[in-house]
Amino acid sequence: MSYNWNWGIFFQLSPDGTYTYWQLLLFGTGWTLATALSAWTIALIMGSFIGVLRTTPSPWLVRLGNAYVELFRNIPLLVQMFLWYFVLPEVVPAAIGDWLKQLSNASFYNAVICLGLYTSARVAEQVKAGILSLRSGQRMAGLAVGLTLPQTYRFVLLPMAFRIILPPLSSEFLNIIKNSSVALTIGLIELTAAARSMQEFSFQVFEAFTGATIIYIVINVVVVSGMQLLERRVAVPGFIGRSPPAAGH
Amino acid sequence: MFSNIDWDVIVRSLPYLFFDGMRFTVILTLLATAGGIVIGTLLALMRLSGIPALALLAGAYVNLIRSMPLVLVIFWFYFLVPYIGQWATGAERPIQVGAFWSVLVTFTLFEAAYFCEIMRAGIQSISHGQAQAAQALGMTYPTAMGYIILPQAFRNMVPVLLTQTIILFQDTSLVYVISVTDFLGAASKIAQRDGRLVEMYLFAAIVYFAISLAASHFVRRLQHRIAIIR
Amino acid sequence: MITMNKVSKWYGKAQVLKNCSAEIAKGEVVVVCGPSGSGKSTLIKCVNGLEPFNEGTIIVDGISIGDPKTSLPKLRARIGMVFQHFELFPHLSVIRNLSLAQIKVLGRDEKAAIENGMRLLDRVGLHEHAEKFPGQLSGGQQQRVAIARALAMDPIAMLFDEPTSALDPEMIQEVLDVMVALAKDGMTMIVVTHEMGFARKVANRVIFMDKGEIVEDAPTADFFGKPRSERAQLFLSKILQH
Repeated sequence: MSYNWNWGIFFQLSPDGTYTYWQLLLFGTGWTLATALSAWTIALIMGSFIGVLRTTPSPWLVRLGNAYVELFRNIPLLVQMFLWYFVLPEVVPAAIGDWLKQLSNASFYNAVICLGLYTSARVAEQVKAGILSLRSGQRMAGLAVGLTLPQTYRFVLLPMAFRIILPPLSSEFLNIIKNSSVALTIGLIELTAAARSMQEFSFQVFEAFTGATIIYIVINVVVVSGMQLLERRVAVPGFIGRSPPAAGH
Repeated sequence: MFSNIDWDVIVRSLPYLFFDGMRFTVILTLLATAGGIVIGTLLALMRLSGIPALALLAGAYVNLIRSMPLVLVIFWFYFLVPYIGQWATGAERPIQVGAFWSVLVTFTLFEAAYFCEIMRAGIQSISHGQAQAAQALGMTYPTAMGYIILPQAFRNMVPVLLTQTIILFQDTSLVYVISVTDFLGAASKIAQRDGRLVEMYLFAAIVYFAISLAASHFVRRLQHRIAIIR
Repeated sequence: MITMNKVSKWYGKAQVLKNCSAEIAKGEVVVVCGPSGSGKSTLIKCVNGLEPFNEGTIIVDGISIGDPKTSLPKLRARIGMVFQHFELFPHLSVIRNLSLAQIKVLGRDEKAAIENGMRLLDRVGLHEHAEKFPGQLSGGQQQRVAIARALAMDPIAMLFDEPTSALDPEMIQEVLDVMVALAKDGMTMIVVTHEMGFARKVANRVIFMDKGEIVEDAPTADFFGKPRSERAQLFLSKILQH
């Protein structure tokens, strides 16, 4: 192989002279996590709201929720990012557009909102599925004891629905971390972008990308372990492993 | 707000957008799906085989790929494939592989990891009794797999496989990061050449939306029909 | 106390309740029986507004169920319901199952709600299971907790929708015992059930439904002695065999 391996490259200074390459990767990781966590907050809040809408008795609310989900699910994430970053400033009134264009860290804010809304549609799917997997009797029992519909959602349906969807929800969280890499196209220097720029300056292609790969793997392991811990902590005694008595209708 | 819009740019560039861009996207999607399902099924069989070495290898591969962003995988293969070509053909220096082949290898091997998990779920959902019945008739493992288990697993998973294909169709837009011209790349080129970002990106969004929506409705109707038959 | 007048309900084109009328006085125990699909579960769910109905009126303690101005949550707080599949809230402990609605709907403070809950658990014989979760209890125990949960709201009437149908045979008696005690204490009860032994013991009246209509509505002794309709006779002969 005509490739020159140099694992020491991580400790060399990058061309701008202030940081070593592994520090650049670290900053990239920081941006990745910041973007992912901020976007996840938006995704959880909006996604839960839309997911609940799609299970209410009102056909109009259900249709609204469905339209929301279809919109964000059928356009590629990259295209959505371009729409937020390039198209939005042009179609809003000139004053707002100019302000948007000169915003520092614009790529971060755009990435967070875009990623947050994109993922919220997938979270909405999970939340809807979780609520609908509960026996219809649970909703009736909540109402029968005098709780209003919002109270029934809050105290009876959602606590169980969220426990049920913890596994797919943690998959979505991992997805959001991975999808943050798409923001490199609008200038966010997250982990993959940092690795790419390390590769461009140092020509040590495989070291750079191996570094990034290892960091992603570590993040994965930490998140998966964290989720398993969370699942154990919120598990309902006697429920997991033992299905509730008799199939419902 | 919309005073400066030039819709004509879209009309003028339709041939380029679709015959160059969309054609690339569709061919990549179809080939990567086909290859991905084949390799994915193989990986699934390896994971379920009961031979520790195979299961570990396949499992490690799938878990590795699934923990990496697609963008990173695209970069990996973009640089790796020429070296693999050099190693495979014994040449002196890395082989110059065209953008298409590099990207095809990337997406096939990436999606294989996801198709593997789908097929694994599908195979495991076939009741154990089926395998036992096949064994009782004297079938060997390959025969039982090929004629009894896999056909049923495949049929059960068709909706999920199709949904994954729609996801793949959307994911192909990421070839943008290595400047490959797919549908989005074509739209982007026109946008930058003519300074018409708004029109071109909106148009691209609408086209992706229309195709994905139509495809997922088709899959949902297919799901209903399969459910009724069973 | 509960008056149903010509209640009818359609699911699309199918009519599931046809002109049902009945009157239940305070302290009465009424058993509703009939073959599957006769509409008995649907009828009982109309009484506390869990199922809407298309025609007729239902008046509970002077309040009309079908009236859009009626606050259903407030009304439901005064009527207790026990479900076939118990429907305890699995993520809450037994005592919390009992206290939740008392706190959120009746506005009681937590201490009072828990005291009340413990008293009721005692009454149904499950005092020591207060901190357990529903998944850790047997079916019979869960149903008794469900009865306690409904009683915690101090209801004026109790509705039972096939309370023992989902139970293993050896657990049916413990639940029926609780219901018999409740009846003897003077609770107004409407019970949809196949347990004719229970009916004979404590029911004042038996209502027989078939295909959405009330076919017979007679005092217990008359119903079991000489049912007037052929359909009721046929039904009785089938279920009294075992």
